[in-house]
Amino acid sequence: MKALEPLLVELGRPGRNGSHVRSIDTVEIPAEFARRAPLRLPELTEPQVVRHYTHLSHFNYSVDTGMYPLGSCTMKYNPKENDRAASMFTDLHPRQSYRTTQGVLALAYELEQMLVRITGMDFVTLQPQAGAQSEFTALLVFKAYHAKRGEAKQRRRIIVPDSAHGTNPASAAMCGYEVTTVRSDARGNVDLDALKTALGPDVAGFMLTNPNTLGLFEERVREVCDAVHAVGGLVYGDGANMNALLGIARPGDLGFDCVHINVHKTFSTPHGAGGPGAGPLCVKAHLRPFLPKPWIVKESDGTYHYDTAREDRDPSPLGDSIGTVGKTLGNFGVLVRAYTYMKSLGEDGMVETSEDAILAANYLLARLRSRYQVAYDRVPMHEFVLTAAPQKKKGASALDIAKGLIDEGFHPPSVYFPLIVAEAMMIEPTETEPKETLDAFADAMVRIADRVDTDAASLHDAPTKAPLRRLDEVTAARRPILRWQLPT
Amino acid sequence: MGRNPYSPHTEADRRAMLDAIGVRSVEDLLGAIPSDARRPALGLGPGMSEIEVQAHLEGLARLNTRAGDGPFFIGGAIQRRYIPAAVPVLALRGEFLTAYTPYQPEVSQGTLQAVFEYQSLMAELLGMDVVNSSMYDGRSAVAEAAFMAVRATGRHKVVVGTEVDFSNRRVLRTYARGPEIEIVEVPTSRLAASAEGAAALIVQHPDAFGTLVDVRSIADAAHSAGALCIQVTEPHACALLEPPGPLGADIAVGEGQPLGITMSYGGPHLGIFACREALVRQMPGRIAGQTVDANGTRGFVNTLQTREQHIRREKATSNICTNEALAAITAAVYLALLGPEGLRAAARSGVAKAHALAKRLSAIPGCAVANDGPFFDRFTLRTPLGGWATRNALIERGIQVEATASHYVDGKRVGRDDVIIQCTELTSDADADALVDAVTSVSRARETVAAR
Repeated sequence: MKALEPLLVELGRPGRNGSHVRSIDTVEIPAEFARRAPLRLPELTEPQVVRHYTHLSHFNYSVDTGMYPLGSCTMKYNPKENDRAASMFTDLHPRQSYRTTQGVLALAYELEQMLVRITGMDFVTLQPQAGAQSEFTALLVFKAYHAKRGEAKQRRRIIVPDSAHGTNPASAAMCGYEVTTVRSDARGNVDLDALKTALGPDVAGFMLTNPNTLGLFEERVREVCDAVHAVGGLVYGDGANMNALLGIARPGDLGFDCVHINVHKTFSTPHGAGGPGAGPLCVKAHLRPFLPKPWIVKESDGTYHYDTAREDRDPSPLGDSIGTVGKTLGNFGVLVRAYTYMKSLGEDGMVETSEDAILAANYLLARLRSRYQVAYDRVPMHEFVLTAAPQKKKGASALDIAKGLIDEGFHPPSVYFPLIVAEAMMIEPTETEPKETLDAFADAMVRIADRVDTDAASLHDAPTKAPLRRLDEVTAARRPILRWQLPT
Repeated sequence: MGRNPYSPHTEADRRAMLDAIGVRSVEDLLGAIPSDARRPALGLGPGMSEIEVQAHLEGLARLNTRAGDGPFFIGGAIQRRYIPAAVPVLALRGEFLTAYTPYQPEVSQGTLQAVFEYQSLMAELLGMDVVNSSMYDGRSAVAEAAFMAVRATGRHKVVVGTEVDFSNRRVLRTYARGPEIEIVEVPTSRLAASAEGAAALIVQHPDAFGTLVDVRSIADAAHSAGALCIQVTEPHACALLEPPGPLGADIAVGEGQPLGITMSYGGPHLGIFACREALVRQMPGRIAGQTVDANGTRGFVNTLQTREQHIRREKATSNICTNEALAAITAAVYLALLGPEGLRAAARSGVAKAHALAKRLSAIPGCAVANDGPFFDRFTLRTPLGGWATRNALIERGIQVEATASHYVDGKRVGRDDVIIQCTELTSDADADALVDAVTSVSRARETVAAR
């Protein structure tokens, strides 16, 4: 079979041994426990491995390669100094004593304080390792809050807008809640009447992304929050789009009870080909007792320790805390990068970041609006959603346009999301792309629009300039091959 | 230029962009935000130059005692192991580091093939049919495995051995509060007798204290009762010990950090998640699969996506979206570099050092190995001073070990008061000598007091 690059297993030859760990130790594993299954891992030399992964890397598009306007993902530039900072904190084990990790605790404590200021919340847990885990954590907190008030059994429902990320309803279901979806109105906001109809004494909470997944600021956000609070529910802020709001607006001032931060979006930590991320959860004071433990405590002498791990005394009981959702300080290596970025920017730099993100999105929209239809025609924040429905009628779908962009040298935007927009194309340029790159992207989009008008079918073959042509995803799912087949 | 070091816009660019939009300033674009909430002062202070930031971070880093600064024996799921130089050079290439989830497979073949290879390598190591592309960490993988067993069996009780690492049990108990799954903890020796009505039995092998466990009998008991067997394991141990698949595990999970990933005070790490083929459609997380492109060339895509949140929303098998793909790629690079013999050598080294050290330490008056049976590359040591006091006394001497007393769940300490000694290929003879001397010294002080 033709292939871009052989698999490791096709490159290996028995007898080629890596010499990275050489051990002459002999050990006696009790026979009943010893491995009897063969261990058929490929045997390669270091130069083979280096070339293999270098080749593979060439088949990837990345932020370091070019503009990556994947809506909702905030693919901004990832500063290299943040990686160097993270490398200063690698040789530390999470079970070391607080006495040997004062630098870790000082950094984490200050990061919490900065997030408090940025979000307008009161307290932070750094444990969640991604946005979705933060959603789940928050819903556990909601559950504990309602239980404390004797309403756990009664409050069985979580409401989400129809424009929400899939993680929102999935997190709610994982937390044992029923999910009610409310529609959006004609301006792309949550339909307040529909929300009020859905609300009742059985509602535990409402999950809202703001700016929402259309890139639009919720125009009646305070009324929305008030309505949820009026029935005793809590409002969860999905902070996926915080890149629009640094120093511009704070969820804590708008009525939210909590908000999570995707530091891999807003605070520039690299997305790692799918992860890692980190998802600190910031809450108002009334939710603090339920946050995961342990919490960092700062003493008056400037030293730090954990409230449940003070080593010279018994740990305090969990109290109302939900427990622990991950490592003590979550994906700490990711958080170091975010901290470094925040220190580099300072307040002025953060405000400018969001201003420039908003500027870039509005500029790109201005360049594209004569050739593409805007899904909800309002002033967007840091991203906007086009519908390729008119192009679809001419024979080219959002997917075809996306693949055409690949041939133009760009990573495509998010497509087919949010679900409420037909043939959606969600474009987030971010603040780190210069005007000439934004112009080049707009020119490419216009050329594709021209192609749709003259020869839409030609886009069905795109991409032709990528490492591979379109892939057969149907067969992949129908007859799954999920690991290499060894020669028998 | 701007106030943000990464801002690309000249003033002329900004002006031209605002003109194209048809507004005078960005302020004109913020009309949807309530005016009294607009532009709050944050009180964060000014930004710092790269030189200043790096110096500041170095200052913070100096406040820590790194594992490599002295003899170091803390371990468990997260281990200080040797990372070949080529691992970070390859895995941290910008093309992997700064890409995202491969939504567009035509321009993501590097990620997708590397993840497919990770799945293949890990399946071989674990002796399991299918491995997903990663979970956040070993802990959430344990909890997700329990949820999966509940879905697969329709039962709502999960039984977990108390020799499963406390951090796994803590996260499991926290997660279980969501769907209100009953978590029952019993000693590992009683797991097999506790399978009735359970969705799953969760066993760790080697266990939190390094002891080897008879997983087969537990898996058999689970299957007789219609339950699944979930094994928590460690990658290096699987090189020398019979792996989860042949032992009868239906789901195997574990922390993948020892495979070339830095400890980094707890993350980012790698949640390993594997299962039998029959269960694959209940599996959480992304999975890469092989296919062909329109020209018939082999390629890879994320597949079986109808399990996932972006398609199935509240009916998804998990809410996971962003995962730890880069850590999976890192683990694959590590396994490719070491090969089967290198992996076995690293594993053997830890085992040999642990056993030699156990022999020397248990010769100290008042000290004894406290494992209930044969152990792998870590063991517990009973000391005259008690584990907690010994650990603290050793920190004073620059030696870092862990004590079982710090293992608490729900705020309660559980188990015995011993120290835990983890060895790896990085444990040196000098480290071992230093530990033996220090334990001798602190134990003698105690023995002398006791004799008086």
